[in-house]
Amino acid sequence: MKSRTIKVDYLARVEGEGALYVKIKDNTVVDIKFKIFEPPRFFEAFLRGRNYTEAPDITARICGICPIAYQMSSVHAMEDAFGVKIDGQLRALRRLIYCGEWIESHVLHVYMLHAPDFLGYPDAIQMAKDHPDIVQRGLQLKKAGNDLVALLGGREIHPINVRVGGFYKVPTRQELASMSEKLKWARDAALETVRWTATLHFPDFEQDYEFVALRHPEEYPFNEGRLVSNKGLDISVHDYDNHFIEEHVQHSNALHSVHKGRGSYFVGPLARYNLNFDKLSPLAQETARSVGLSHVCRNPFQSIIIRSVEVLYACDEALRIIEQYEKPDKPALEIQPRVSTGYGCTEAPRGILYHRYRIDDEGVILDAKIVPPTSQNQKTIENDLWQFIPQHIKLPNDQLTLQCEQAIRNYDPCISCATHFLKLKIERE
Amino acid sequence: MEKNSPQSHQGHKEIPKHEIQNEYPILIVGIGNTYRSDDAVGLCVAQHLKRQTFDCVNVIEESGDGAALMDSWKDSDAIILMDAVHSGAQPGTIHRFDVHTQTIPTKFFHYSTHAFGVAEAIELARALKQLPQNLIVYGIEGKSFEAGIGLSLEVEKAVEEVMMRVKQDILNCSPRKYTEYH
Repeated sequence: MKSRTIKVDYLARVEGEGALYVKIKDNTVVDIKFKIFEPPRFFEAFLRGRNYTEAPDITARICGICPIAYQMSSVHAMEDAFGVKIDGQLRALRRLIYCGEWIESHVLHVYMLHAPDFLGYPDAIQMAKDHPDIVQRGLQLKKAGNDLVALLGGREIHPINVRVGGFYKVPTRQELASMSEKLKWARDAALETVRWTATLHFPDFEQDYEFVALRHPEEYPFNEGRLVSNKGLDISVHDYDNHFIEEHVQHSNALHSVHKGRGSYFVGPLARYNLNFDKLSPLAQETARSVGLSHVCRNPFQSIIIRSVEVLYACDEALRIIEQYEKPDKPALEIQPRVSTGYGCTEAPRGILYHRYRIDDEGVILDAKIVPPTSQNQKTIENDLWQFIPQHIKLPNDQLTLQCEQAIRNYDPCISCATHFLKLKIERE
Repeated sequence: MEKNSPQSHQGHKEIPKHEIQNEYPILIVGIGNTYRSDDAVGLCVAQHLKRQTFDCVNVIEESGDGAALMDSWKDSDAIILMDAVHSGAQPGTIHRFDVHTQTIPTKFFHYSTHAFGVAEAIELARALKQLPQNLIVYGIEGKSFEAGIGLSLEVEKAVEEVMMRVKQDILNCSPRKYTEYH
């Protein structure tokens, strides 16, 4: 019997590293082991014994792409522990900084990482040679997000202006207004991005997923809401641990997050969109419909369009917040630590990011738990591959490898906070 | 690519003085993640250099977001980047690239937390004809990139050598003296 092995040392254009092993026997997939993610155990241990005030800045270092998400989940968990509710303009500023992060993270993935797959380029560099204007638009659009995060979060290597209770410093109305023109351009560019991504060719691929996202009665979710799914889940963030667990997968030495009694679930832009379409701005809804999307999208390859719709929404929402902004009297509320456990779950660009902290009476962290979105999508990605690979099994290994990479990239897996290299191995017997 | 030879700086290409125009024409960028062991080495060199004031130099730290990098070097005549790399060489080895004469091997820099990182930013800028006039990249070979704080001994030893070589680059491209504060 003939056997063939191909190794790819690095899965290009996925943040960080991980591993995929596929075994094919007589044109049938007999084994898939997918391990792209390890939980941030180092950071959980590192947080123990630290003061609650340090959590936003320490956890921001877990991910180079979504530091705001980590800051937001940590401050909301701490405020939950201490019985503090942030409202008004401080709350709006938190949505605004999150808009910036969604824009920069989504645009990076849409233009630099995912689009080359659809257009047949090995990377954005080759794509730029044929489509310089498109890549330039992506870079400029991403910069609008970076600038928004820098304006609110500070221009240091990581955002440093976010604190439990609010911010260290809040911008003046004039400072925020300086972003308006740039964001109006960005909104137009985002609209073009939706139209452009909708013209790409999408494989016909849908599964019966359980989508899980936050849902808020009045707005598209960033920081607050209940955890809901298309299969009946509707719980407070406080109940997360009662419904979701991390299972050790023996064959691959990986941890898979599962919905107890149900199995894999799907978090991220597609889940948010499917569960909150009615909360998108009129412009975002109208644009989605104009390119042929309905209020539900189950094809993960089309997540590139949904990300673009979310960029459009983020620009729109940022402009709304800036328009209505009045500088708050104080940059932060007073915080009084107490013995408690706090829960926070916010919508990182890649999906729900859960934090839980146990705190003592002096505000010292006794215990921390962090579950990033990629950890939660890992089992769903593996399930997709079980369905996807048989449909393309006759392709030569190099082409099959590329197809697998594209299928994995549908989830924009962020593993920078986790393992190193993704080694991709397809073995045929 | 030049690898370090401990006693000499042979092969350094001087940054041409006549191309220097701005008040702070030289930008030094340290790149890395403090919590990824040797990945922090670029930041470490930058932090040391920040303690020394050069009258024509701006020193910044970046996480390695390629698009932000491309933006950061727009207003400078000469850029010097420092980042950890993993190429299979001995830990602590210093690789030096003059970007105008060499292509950056992308796999070198893939230990960064960004898939669109240093090498991609440089090669994309090249494709878009947006490379700065002068761009030097120092890649310091890391040993461990596991979650954790602190450099391994071999990499720690390379920090001073990189600093010396960067300072030499600064002197080569600036007629002005720099002042050190300790």
